[in-house]
Amino acid sequence: MDLMIQVNDVHFDYLSHEGQEIAALNGVTLDVKKGEFIVIIGHNGSGKSTLAKHLNALLKPSKGIVYIKGMDTRDQDKLWDIRQTAGMVFQNPDNQIVATIVEEDVAFGPENLGLPPEEIRKRVDEALKTVGMDKYAHSAPHYLSGGQKQRVAIAGIIAMKPEIIVLDEPTAMLDPSGRREVIETIKYLNKHEGITVVHITHYMEEAVDADKVIVMEQGRIVLQGTPEDVFSKVEVLKEIGLDVPQVTELAYRLRAEGLDIPLNLLKVEEMVDAICQL
Amino acid sequence: MPIIVENLTHIYMEGSPFEAVALDDVSFEIQDGEFVGLIGHTGSGKSTLVQHLNGLLKPTKGRIIVDGVDITAKTKSPKWLRQHVGLVFQYPEHQLFEETVYLDIAFGPKNLNLPDDEVEKRVREAMELVGLDYEFLKDRSPFEISGGQRRRVAIAGVLAMKPKVLILDEPTAGLDPRGRDEILGQIKDLHKERGMTIILVSHSMEDIAKLVDRIIVMNKNRIALIGKPEEVFSHVDELYDMGLGIPQITHVIRGLRKRGMDLPENIYTVEQAAAAILEKIRGRRNA
Repeated sequence: MDLMIQVNDVHFDYLSHEGQEIAALNGVTLDVKKGEFIVIIGHNGSGKSTLAKHLNALLKPSKGIVYIKGMDTRDQDKLWDIRQTAGMVFQNPDNQIVATIVEEDVAFGPENLGLPPEEIRKRVDEALKTVGMDKYAHSAPHYLSGGQKQRVAIAGIIAMKPEIIVLDEPTAMLDPSGRREVIETIKYLNKHEGITVVHITHYMEEAVDADKVIVMEQGRIVLQGTPEDVFSKVEVLKEIGLDVPQVTELAYRLRAEGLDIPLNLLKVEEMVDAICQL
Repeated sequence: MPIIVENLTHIYMEGSPFEAVALDDVSFEIQDGEFVGLIGHTGSGKSTLVQHLNGLLKPTKGRIIVDGVDITAKTKSPKWLRQHVGLVFQYPEHQLFEETVYLDIAFGPKNLNLPDDEVEKRVREAMELVGLDYEFLKDRSPFEISGGQRRRVAIAGVLAMKPKVLILDEPTAGLDPRGRDEILGQIKDLHKERGMTIILVSHSMEDIAKLVDRIIVMNKNRIALIGKPEEVFSHVDELYDMGLGIPQITHVIRGLRKRGMDLPENIYTVEQAAAAILEKIRGRRNA
């Protein structure tokens, strides 16, 4: 069975402050295969974080079913197995770090699994090495940069040996170099450790290398496909209020003026080649 | 309101084992009504610099002159300065504390001992400037509105002080593209229509390129580059060494120039790029 995540016609309703019922998810269906790198984009309130929270049973569907590696997230007995299978990283690194020393923070998860001390030591060392933070094992987290803290948070998740990592805007609060560090770490985990990744972001350039891009709007999936397919729908994306990479935007404008430039270009070199061939 | 910064040095905890130089001999001038972008890697000294401009920090060495007044002189009251130079911090919505949106925005003007009707007028105006509906939001708790609205309430609180200079430290951090465009559009209007002097601290080269007259790049506690966007963005290798970048579109233009296409170097928005490329290609076809 290769399907890691199955989301079948999921609805999620909640009550607002004013007591109105609001549909945060409105019939979402999605399959994610083992080893895939999925990017979800959409603006605030589109339902992407609500969807993410369904992937490790922080939320349960009002209607429809979510299976994580075949486990139904409504099944209370499977809760710990599900959370161990699908780890989650959030936006603000400061809200995720619980200990005063980096390695103790990373050990928090494995300790709670009741693993023997040697195994915890091994996992912590490996996890810190994987995210490139082994040099900081004995540092205090508040002396680290945002990107470093976020990598420590990711190490804390990897130490649980999950098969899926769900990242909910992990780069939103970081500066460009912090963002680069975190993105490289996520890509490494996907390519070299075979971890299935669901990455939620506002930054379109982070979606360019994904296997699949999913665009959400008003609790629904409105577009999905390869980055080339999705970003070529410039009009749809603009209408929703999302960005497209500058390269795609340029292609769109040149086409509007009658030049024969393909819309499915995402990289600088591809664009330069295409213009030179005109 | 012109600002002159002369040989500004700031050393945190001077003389202690934790001594750290945050600003090292920084000098520049900002003209009245200018829109300046301030960029630099985290830890480059940007935030320390802007905190000097409204008197939150005092220089270890050097002077700052705002509108002809030396604000580093001990005689100048910080109250005067804060009425003239408004500073919007990063994640300013974390500073909201009042029971209603109205009270939060009114906090500053009330502390100026203005009459109630003037306070109300200022709150209305400030909310209008950031695109918030006065009647709809004034009695709401700032904690029950959306993140983007909260941020605008915080900015309105600064605008209600009627500053001549507005400094914003990453006002779009954490917002989605729509929220970002709204806030940047309002900042642009404040500059264009109200003639405010604006200093925008940002990590986004794309945003900076679209908005500002001039860019100041900080690196390792000094000014590394200063000039018009096209001048600054031509120092590509230096920017990369500082952990910064240039807009993606500028890369496309550089690539095309390398391949022999005769395009101007100073292109840093998609609009400019499309226009320049079209002109070349049409010119070639008509020839």
